[in-house]
Amino acid sequence: MSSKFLQSNRTGWLMAGPAVILIAGFLIMPFFFAIGLSFTNQRLISPNPTEFVGLANYRDLLGLATISLEPLRDDAGAVLMKDGEPEYPALRSFTRNNPDYPHLDGTREWFSFDRGEGRTYVLARDVVFMKAIVNTFIFVLIVAPVQAGLALGLALLINQRLRGINLFRAIYFMPVVVSIVVVSLLWSFIYDGQSGLLNNLLGAVSFGMIPALDWLGNPSTALGAIIAMSIWQAVGFHMVIWLSGLQTISPTLYEAGSIEGASKWQTFRYITWPGLRNTAVLILIVITMQAFGLFSQIDVMTQGGPLDSTQTIVFQAVERGYGKQDISGGSAISVILFVIVLSISLIQRWLTRERT
Amino acid sequence: MKSLNTLAGAMLASTLFAGSALAQTELTMWYHGAGSESEMALVNAMLDEFNASQSDWKVVITTFPQIAYNDSVVAAALAGTLPDIIDIDGPILPNWAWAGYIQPLAIDETLIANYLPGPKGVWDDKLYGIGMWDAAVSLVTRQSYLDELGLRTPTLDEPWTGEEFQAALDAAKNSGKFEYALDLGMAWNGEWFPYAFSPFLQSFGGDMIDRSTYLTAEGVLNGEAGIAFGNWWQSLFTGGYAQATQDPADRDSGFANGKYAFSWNGNWAALGALAAFDDVVFLPAPDFGNGPTIGAASWQLSISSTSQHPEGANAFINFALNPDNLARFSKGLGLIPATAEAAALTENYQPGGPLEVFYELSNRQGLLRPVTPGYPVMAKVFEKALADIANGANVEETLDAAVDEIDADIEANGGYGFK
Repeated sequence: MSSKFLQSNRTGWLMAGPAVILIAGFLIMPFFFAIGLSFTNQRLISPNPTEFVGLANYRDLLGLATISLEPLRDDAGAVLMKDGEPEYPALRSFTRNNPDYPHLDGTREWFSFDRGEGRTYVLARDVVFMKAIVNTFIFVLIVAPVQAGLALGLALLINQRLRGINLFRAIYFMPVVVSIVVVSLLWSFIYDGQSGLLNNLLGAVSFGMIPALDWLGNPSTALGAIIAMSIWQAVGFHMVIWLSGLQTISPTLYEAGSIEGASKWQTFRYITWPGLRNTAVLILIVITMQAFGLFSQIDVMTQGGPLDSTQTIVFQAVERGYGKQDISGGSAISVILFVIVLSISLIQRWLTRERT
Repeated sequence: MKSLNTLAGAMLASTLFAGSALAQTELTMWYHGAGSESEMALVNAMLDEFNASQSDWKVVITTFPQIAYNDSVVAAALAGTLPDIIDIDGPILPNWAWAGYIQPLAIDETLIANYLPGPKGVWDDKLYGIGMWDAAVSLVTRQSYLDELGLRTPTLDEPWTGEEFQAALDAAKNSGKFEYALDLGMAWNGEWFPYAFSPFLQSFGGDMIDRSTYLTAEGVLNGEAGIAFGNWWQSLFTGGYAQATQDPADRDSGFANGKYAFSWNGNWAALGALAAFDDVVFLPAPDFGNGPTIGAASWQLSISSTSQHPEGANAFINFALNPDNLARFSKGLGLIPATAEAAALTENYQPGGPLEVFYELSNRQGLLRPVTPGYPVMAKVFEKALADIANGANVEETLDAAVDEIDADIEANGGYGFK
């Protein structure tokens, strides 16, 4: 009996082996490497020896400070105005080589708000990284619900016995099969500011009322354009997962529902939705994780620009690690991303736990 | 027994044959030109010629697309699998030399005695790389535009001043004939930005780094001259002279289609401009007060530090530098031959040729990008700063941030050997 157990165990290991080795070599080891390297000053290219620097990389990335300033006043004590706003002393005089404010050296304004008479500035050591964090969260907060909702809608649409329904399933799934790099390139043509398809379409529909916009070249539209394109690209994948969830719901429940005279909404609310519970949890977590990894679209379409409006955490990690040859900084960003994603997943698990 | 002897004889003979075919020691070479057919045809012809010209060495080439080339070399260097010969983009050379990827060349000094300054890859007073050509940038326009707008034709001895350049842009803008007065090539990101635009900064009197110490950019990139440059740069876009985001198609054909009055472009695009109009002129960079400058240095040949056969690699590079070969590359690719001797052998660059001006531009205005291992990072920071300023970011703050980033990188690298 025991030999049989060992034998089947050996077969099991043989089957799992390749995957275990690959995952250990290319996921688990680099993961521990990244944690280790983030505490050093490791460079991509350097003859200098690597040194342990403690938390310096994290301080450089996450360092924040505030400073409250009073507006400039003239000799009589009246607030000086410039362009209709009170004028403040230049921040530059505090953040550069000012011996009275050593803790502000090298920081930059992230944002500011007025409070009473004065104005409070929030300064960051790495403003670009702060913007990257904010952009990534905006991306996740929009993509997760919208993509999941659209995918569910599509799944309900194609979960019908109609002639040629497979054609629609294939069409909706198609963008998933195409490489994201190709999709991004195509969409940058669509979003083109002068002769792009989207501008032509909007112009034609509105008889020229809507002016041509440089969707990716404009700080206020670039992130939105990438969000829309990303939702479109991966919606088919999640549609298939919803579809598989839909098909596990027993038809007898629907039969019973129709005998009881349930409306379409009641059928969805009391039969379909409860049956999709586990699928919904899975999809939410998968979309969240994928959305945090936003990189290829940025790399191909905007490179983080214009004016940092599309910087993201992963793009910053790659840009730092390889572009700027700072492996330790890139590793620190990866570790920060890991902590963020882990805590969000744990919160999601807790919120969607089975309540007894 | 006899048959066995015959067999043994045959085997011995075949080994000998194989041996003689293998008498050439193989040298491996990596090149960045995959996908560029005319360039690879020239490189392959050069290799065939070298391999046939002597019996000691045989160069075998592997090519990469340019966009993946640097990453491949860095990865190979980390893994210890570099080939014998690599080619290398001029401004990155100090970085790779400092990191110990490449070794100094041992080539015939007489071959490079009359070389243009740009193609020589010098780091730490040693020659690590040598280019077969240089590249130069000029302000491309048409004589008829200059005449119509009533502008003086600037010369190498007397280039436009900053005011004259501004007046030319105003004239072109006010004529209403052009979509934009100036085509800067904003569609090309990456190395184009520091290569093409940092010379403007240097002409203003600033730089990407203080070249007297190479330890800080403070006061140089964000000093008075740097801020003046930044404001001027921003005014090009806010004033409507140039576009901050450009369609790649406009970069390729906008000037030929009459969209722009002036195009800031390299000599590699000169043949196309000449084909579009018969009165194209290539004007030198304007002088903003500190002398007119353009970027120098292009791709260069170099030998990896792990090469087992540096003497063979040096023999190959010596061979590549003969004037006929330089002339052939120039003819095929439109690049500037690295010596006057080779230039005389080409139709375009010989005295009186249509592109002759580029040879002199390269010779007289060419300025190397900062010769420091910190250049790759500096270039990235500079590119982002210029893109942000073009998109409307505050000039002083952006340049301050760029300085902080450059200085932090220098500090993190222990001064890159300059301390």
